[in-house]
Amino acid sequence: MGPENLIDAIRSSLGEAVLDVADSFGDAVLVIRADAVRPALAALREAPFDYALLLDLTCVDFAAAEGRFELVYHLYSLSRNVRLRIKASVPAGDPAAATLVGLWKNAEWLEREVYDMFGVRFEGHPDLRRLLTYEGFEGHPLRKSYPWRLEQPRIPLKDDV
Amino acid sequence: MEPLTRIERQARPESMLLNMGPSHPAMHGTLRIMLELDGEKILNAECEIGYLHRGFEKTCENKTWFNLLIYTDRLNYVSPLINNLGYVMTVEKMMGLAVPERAQLIRVLMSELSRVSDHLTCLAAMAMESGAFTVFLYMMKAREYLWDVIEFTTGARMTTSYIRIGGVRADLHPEWRGSLATAIKETRKVLKDVSGLLDQNSIFLGRTRGVGVISREDALSYGWTGPCLRSTGIPYDVRKAHPYLVYDRLLFEVPVGEAGDNYDRYSVRMREMEQSLRLLEQVAALIPDAAPLPAGPVIEPAEAIRRSRRTRTAERIRLSPNLEGSEKDRLAGLTAAAPLASVPAKEDTYTTMEGLISHFLFFMRGKGIRPPKGDAYFSVEGGNGEVGFYIVSDGSDRPYRLHLRAPCFHIVSALEQLIRGRLLADVIPTFGSMNMIGGELDR
Repeated sequence: MGPENLIDAIRSSLGEAVLDVADSFGDAVLVIRADAVRPALAALREAPFDYALLLDLTCVDFAAAEGRFELVYHLYSLSRNVRLRIKASVPAGDPAAATLVGLWKNAEWLEREVYDMFGVRFEGHPDLRRLLTYEGFEGHPLRKSYPWRLEQPRIPLKDDV
Repeated sequence: MEPLTRIERQARPESMLLNMGPSHPAMHGTLRIMLELDGEKILNAECEIGYLHRGFEKTCENKTWFNLLIYTDRLNYVSPLINNLGYVMTVEKMMGLAVPERAQLIRVLMSELSRVSDHLTCLAAMAMESGAFTVFLYMMKAREYLWDVIEFTTGARMTTSYIRIGGVRADLHPEWRGSLATAIKETRKVLKDVSGLLDQNSIFLGRTRGVGVISREDALSYGWTGPCLRSTGIPYDVRKAHPYLVYDRLLFEVPVGEAGDNYDRYSVRMREMEQSLRLLEQVAALIPDAAPLPAGPVIEPAEAIRRSRRTRTAERIRLSPNLEGSEKDRLAGLTAAAPLASVPAKEDTYTTMEGLISHFLFFMRGKGIRPPKGDAYFSVEGGNGEVGFYIVSDGSDRPYRLHLRAPCFHIVSALEQLIRGRLLADVIPTFGSMNMIGGELDR
């Protein structure tokens, strides 16, 4: 299966979940519906597509212009040696998507980071807490509405036990 | 109050909770490992990261494409040149820049020097924490020789900012061949000594063989890449899978392990360093000697500016010593030919109106480097694994979003699983073999 055929095969396999297929500077991009994230990625992980590695998960804030956050997943298939970028938009008002915990083990930390930085909830995540900042941090720093260099309130010292 | 950590919520009342870190000599950088112990046995573990979070990605959104390069030095601070490379190659991919051959070779040279120093640092710390202090000293000595080569050319040991969009900042130092030959010789000697000290050492073997074992399936599921993934027997290396620069023309092997334990992670790194030294020799042979700068009178910049008010000056200009290697004659072979992709030659800035204008156009807000609208992902093989940059550009002078795929983020996320059920002492070599780098993990 060449790269073109592969994308076609994915498209026909995922059916209506696929909204668009694009090529961005040579990277294959698949835009899918947000409610199809978990079944679509679960299907891509298995044969015949065999995207065994969840390389990365991040989010981009398009809230101001388009009222949405874009979740960006990067998959990699060892057997085919190809990468695939998958994008899904969630509304900026109440951003939420299904978790990938259970499919990939690194999803737990990746989703905690996105939750921490963007406030996107991952439904079904067993332990959705902040990862890089601390409990009691106000706001989600990578949102465009969060000013650069904003100071956080001081948190009280923990009582000595 | 509801406990904030998972381990506190789940802990059995009779077991002991112990914090390892965030300030613990073995937690390189800062990482907090919370342990639930029954005697010396670890029943449960939880890692807390973020102590070194500096808002790298947020900062990048507020810096121009050119300015944010210095922040990439501070990600993996043991091999900053590879981070520079990952970032600039992503931007070059978006801009479609063709980098001159000489600059590509220099980039490979710098990448491999960084990789060896990264592996040396990791193994040195791992060995020291297992009680082999001699190994630490030997490896740090070798690293100094490697950093000499880097320092001669870039002027810095760690915060190099040397690999720039479009090429490299300056040509290699005139003495680079000698210092590189010394570094290779000394590193080979150290690798031989360290092999002799550790490979058959029963204390070291006891703490690494069969400890921290990860299966292939789990390594993939955790998104491992780099030497840690290869220690499980999967030969994935970005340099082979998606060759960049001139790696497809160079001969090297990808060493793999079998068991995926601490020892294999050690042994894969040791063998990779040999391959990197091999690459260094090949690439050094491919880099031609720089042509000597033209002879003739040299004038001071102030004098050049004064003269160029009336006529065009033809004399060479004495540049400041920190611009050594970026003379106009050299720069042409080191940076992409595209206009305004890299800092214009200083000689032009000093002596011609057009040069001055392009200098301002390059640095002015809203001008300079502006990749086209869109998003791109590009990755290079770093010391720890796949260093990937995902960049979204809206066509302005700064990135709309810049995300780093940090290899050790994925590796450290598996630590909890690897130490669960083991003894407390196993945390140290297991964590050491992962090569956690705080700057890259926490960003």
